[in-house]
Amino acid sequence: MTISRRDLLAAGAGAGVLTACGSNTGRGGGGPGPQLTQWYHQYGEPGTERAVRRYAAGFGRARVSVQWRPGNYDQQTAAALLTDSGPDVFEVNGPTLDQIRGGQVLDLTDLVREVKDDFNPAVLAPKTHEGRVYGIPQVIDMQMLYYRKSLLEDAGVEPPATLDALVDAAHRLTTGKVKGLFLGNDGGAGVLGGTPLYAAGFRFVGDDGEVGFDDPAAARTLGKLHRLYADKSLLLGAPSDWSDPSAFVQGLTAMQWTGLWALPRIREELGDDFGVLPFPRDGSHGRPSVPIGAYGAAVSARSRHEEPAKEYVKWLWVERTDHQEDFALSYGFHIPARISLAEKATALKHGPAADAVRFTTDHGYAQPLLWTPASQTAYQDALSRIIRDGAGPEPELRAVVRKVSAELDRVKKTS
Amino acid sequence: MRRRAALWFWVFVGPFAFGLALFTYVPLLWSVALGFFDAHNTVTPTHFVGLDNYTAMLRDRAFVDSLKTFVVFTAFIVPVTYVFSLSLALMVNRLRAARAFFRSVFFLPAACSYVVAALIWKMSLFNGVRFGLANTVLGWFGGEPVAWLATTDPPWYWLVIVTVRLWLQAGFYMILFLAGLQRIDPALYEAAAVDGARPGWTVLRHITLPQLRATSAAVVLLLGVGAFQAFDEFYNLLSDARGYPPYARPPLVYLYYTALGQGQNLGLGSAGAVILALVIAVVTVGQARWLRLGRTDGDG
Repeated sequence: MTISRRDLLAAGAGAGVLTACGSNTGRGGGGPGPQLTQWYHQYGEPGTERAVRRYAAGFGRARVSVQWRPGNYDQQTAAALLTDSGPDVFEVNGPTLDQIRGGQVLDLTDLVREVKDDFNPAVLAPKTHEGRVYGIPQVIDMQMLYYRKSLLEDAGVEPPATLDALVDAAHRLTTGKVKGLFLGNDGGAGVLGGTPLYAAGFRFVGDDGEVGFDDPAAARTLGKLHRLYADKSLLLGAPSDWSDPSAFVQGLTAMQWTGLWALPRIREELGDDFGVLPFPRDGSHGRPSVPIGAYGAAVSARSRHEEPAKEYVKWLWVERTDHQEDFALSYGFHIPARISLAEKATALKHGPAADAVRFTTDHGYAQPLLWTPASQTAYQDALSRIIRDGAGPEPELRAVVRKVSAELDRVKKTS
Repeated sequence: MRRRAALWFWVFVGPFAFGLALFTYVPLLWSVALGFFDAHNTVTPTHFVGLDNYTAMLRDRAFVDSLKTFVVFTAFIVPVTYVFSLSLALMVNRLRAARAFFRSVFFLPAACSYVVAALIWKMSLFNGVRFGLANTVLGWFGGEPVAWLATTDPPWYWLVIVTVRLWLQAGFYMILFLAGLQRIDPALYEAAAVDGARPGWTVLRHITLPQLRATSAAVVLLLGVGAFQAFDEFYNLLSDARGYPPYARPPLVYLYYTALGQGQNLGLGSAGAVILALVIAVVTVGQARWLRLGRTDGDG
């Protein structure tokens, strides 16, 4: 199987070379300057693709061809960065620590120097390694808990403010036809990730660079999530997963964890019959939490036109605030990564959208750069076993702490 | 003359041999080499780590679990497909009318993509809400809806995974068995009838099955190799935007996430691939020995 995967990679690289040649010799639309390729993952909202092509066409100093890539975007970019035929400029859910340390992405610190303070620090931090910035945040995405006001009122349930109240509410809201809570078809291990830990006052990685949840209280918090599963309060096996609000608007569940991006559709279908909450706190040191993240614009170190590529990124994601505002708010529903733009946005001033902005500012946490995919896999596996198999949270978490410590040692050692 | 023949040999075979070397052997050896390096996000690593990747992989609970998953899957899918496709072949073989029709109908699923079938199984037949097909049927008998792919106790997800592959591949193996059945000399059955063997189990046990030995060996071998390569239906049934659950994760899926996901630990992934290749080699050679592959049906 290794063989055929290699074949695939080689064939893909070959195809990349061919298309690269094709676009270089293309005669039509010849503007000035070198040819740059820019990659985006496929956004679900209509109009986004046309918009990014329009921005690219407006850049005067290079010809930018935009590639809109459906499918497993992270895998595609990771593979393309190993070859010479990858993109010059690309958006990335990262870049990851190993991409930075492997020298695959360029240092963009100078591009953001003048406006650094205008970027939301929570999303700029995970793109910063040893004081250097490797990705420019494009827009902020966040997730939160949506609930149907009418269903909660009928059941006499208050919007939950603690994890215990959430478990209880989900149980009381569950009837023959409607489940109490939807945390994704896997029972929540994937989408919740570290959110319950942060809500209990812990962190993935502490300020000292050590594991931030090596504590029995952390295990107790995660153990409570199993109650949701054991009580049969969770919706499982819905036709669409947590990122899509269909289960919520179709009345399959009374509460659902999903992204801010779902808000326009929920408002359209349910009117005012819904409210939003952060993940409720747990324990005496806890405080509510919401996960936030940002796709960042990065420049490949294998680009043959480094300077124009950097210039383009600076032009689009630093200088052209009008494009940034349009990109964040005209198609999907995101919070602009620039504080000055977020404050101006009227769509974010009222109702649940304003709540979402408040949660992001007060309770938002982003996955730290040191939290590598290997750590994430170990943690998510353990959380899945705790939730669904009722595995003992303490031994599971101990194994995770061992694995994560080893990962942290690895990344500290050679940096 | 001889030299000319050699020239033409290379003209015809050369491109293929070159392609095979370039796209199969070079990557294969490259991958073996990567297994000895710390190759995070690179295919040209410089940091030699010896056998560290191998020991890490063998100590990795997730990888060892994935090998167990594979064993369980094989233990289910090989006998079930064997029995099911043999039964289909026996039934179709006895038909007097419409044999071609049924042969085609049973073979058709083999033309369906694993991805498409997996999505149909996941989203309409075995989804977890009350209007999924399986849950609708359960509902007629007063059963509660079951979240087929998310329930780990009992492990209902195996039902989904095994049935989708069974549906996809039973027809193909039925064709192999049909070919084997049609090569059995009718005189044998007549002789058995004269000797008083009753049609049914006795004839099947003492005539049909021994005569099908070579076909059976090939079928079991192909089923085993197919099970080793399982990826598509597992990935499409169980993965989501955030990764893959820790159960029913066969080795290829796990290695895919290790080496080609955001992890991009190509050294560790290559070490895992080499271990997996060795396991497959040992099992296949053992199986071929045990089943005495290479003999014809007549030798049985």
